[in-house]
Amino acid sequence: MSTNGMESWAVDLKDIGAIYPFQGSEVVMVIVGLVFWIGWHVLQTRHENAEIEADMTADRTGEETRKAIDRH
Amino acid sequence: MEGNLNALTTIFTEFYYWVTIVMMFLIHVGFCMYEVGVSRRRNHLKTLMKNAMAIPLVTITFYFFGWWIYFGFPNGPGIAGGLVTAPFAEPWNPLMGTHLSGVNPGETGVTPTDAALWHRLNGVFWGAFLLFSITTASIISGSIIERARSGAFWIVAVLIGSVLWILDASWGWHPQGWMVKLWGYHDAYASGVVHAIAGGAALAFLIVLGPRIGKFKPDGTPRDIPPHNVWLVTIGLFLIFTGFWGFYAACNIPLISPATIAGQITGETWTATNIYLAPTTLSAITFNFLMSLSGGMLAGYIVSKGDPFWTFSMGLCGIISASAGNDLYHPIQAMLIGAIVPSICYKLHYFVERRFKIDDAVGAVAVHGYGGFLGVVVAGFMLWGQPSSPYEGFAHINPLGNFAGAVLMFVLGFVPTFVVCKILNSMNLLRVPKKVELEGVDFALNHAFEASVRELGTAEKAMIK
Repeated sequence: MSTNGMESWAVDLKDIGAIYPFQGSEVVMVIVGLVFWIGWHVLQTRHENAEIEADMTADRTGEETRKAIDRH
Repeated sequence: MEGNLNALTTIFTEFYYWVTIVMMFLIHVGFCMYEVGVSRRRNHLKTLMKNAMAIPLVTITFYFFGWWIYFGFPNGPGIAGGLVTAPFAEPWNPLMGTHLSGVNPGETGVTPTDAALWHRLNGVFWGAFLLFSITTASIISGSIIERARSGAFWIVAVLIGSVLWILDASWGWHPQGWMVKLWGYHDAYASGVVHAIAGGAALAFLIVLGPRIGKFKPDGTPRDIPPHNVWLVTIGLFLIFTGFWGFYAACNIPLISPATIAGQITGETWTATNIYLAPTTLSAITFNFLMSLSGGMLAGYIVSKGDPFWTFSMGLCGIISASAGNDLYHPIQAMLIGAIVPSICYKLHYFVERRFKIDDAVGAVAVHGYGGFLGVVVAGFMLWGQPSSPYEGFAHINPLGNFAGAVLMFVLGFVPTFVVCKILNSMNLLRVPKKVELEGVDFALNHAFEASVRELGTAEKAMIK
């Protein structure tokens, strides 16, 4: 049993193709990769929304905002 | 050198490693910037010197004995055979200097075979391994800032950089290493050999050293100690990423024939190989390096809720956690391993900090130690059953061999460092006094600087008519 089908290097390299594990599952891996990518945007947007919401509600008087402008 | 093709291959290989050394030096520019950025203003000069002086100290000790350890100990010795003679790596051997491949009359310790192989490659191989050594030592440096004595760190830097890591490299990162032969240990880009061992050593140092004053509230809750310059931290980490590319290249043999490998590979096709002389390509490791970095940064952003320090650090952890198998993974596998393992390491960092009151200023134990350890373990499962080596009779890659190897790496870093730190602590040589820590370790340097500025200013003002 070998995850890439290779049991030994007693071969001629010109006859060997891909050597990564679990060959044949490329399409599944690409789908998992795409889900990871899209999921990242979803999670990032949620996080940023929450942060902006917190910023909006944090300074009702405007005093902290004025200080932030002065900090520049 | 016999024949134009042999000469060309040798000179290409010499030049290739020389380039990797220059690239890897950027890791240390990055470490210096990063540590200075993290440390508070009253500590950054000593922090810089602590890290920078590890470079010359590990260099000369690696010349004296580190290089020889790599070639002398692949059998343990006593596990897969005895001590191996390696005259070309002895510091008094003519091949450890300028040499043009002939054997001078009466010269002892240099055979024509050794001379043909090592006359141009010895210095650049030595240099590449030296840069791995300095990296291993520097990993500890950031964890212990603002309270460790520089001298204590320099002793540990020599221990880890020129003895411990190169011993584990001889066991698990040498084509004939006993861990590779008997356990099928596979760690192509040094998740365990460099990072787990350094993480283990950093943890041992931190346990004996204790946290910075003010790190923990009286009830034990940790306080955040923010970096004094986030720009330096960011640029430092990006330089470390850049140098890490050179590190990856230096872990490969760029071009070699099956005849020169002298293993089981048949045919005439030349190939790049990993450190074990098993075939891979520079193309594969370029895919996998960048995909694992990306997986780590993307996951780091989410789990740290957009914290820049952890987002970048987990990019580094992503590379480290996929490094053990990045010669063989598919790029998406590298990305997912590079995302999942750092997320676990991030959680572990805060768990260990809260539970055991460990103050790791840069998260090195998590990024390098846990990341490296888990990276080796994951590779054991992912690459299960694949040949670890082109040589006959070697064990195949397997989860048990890699798990045992990961434990061995971490423990080999932890135990000797713990013992040395205990001895240094008992001699009052490990940590600066409380008053010095509160003043900042740069106190005297800062006062001397201010006094010089005042004196010069006074003198210059007196010249105004």
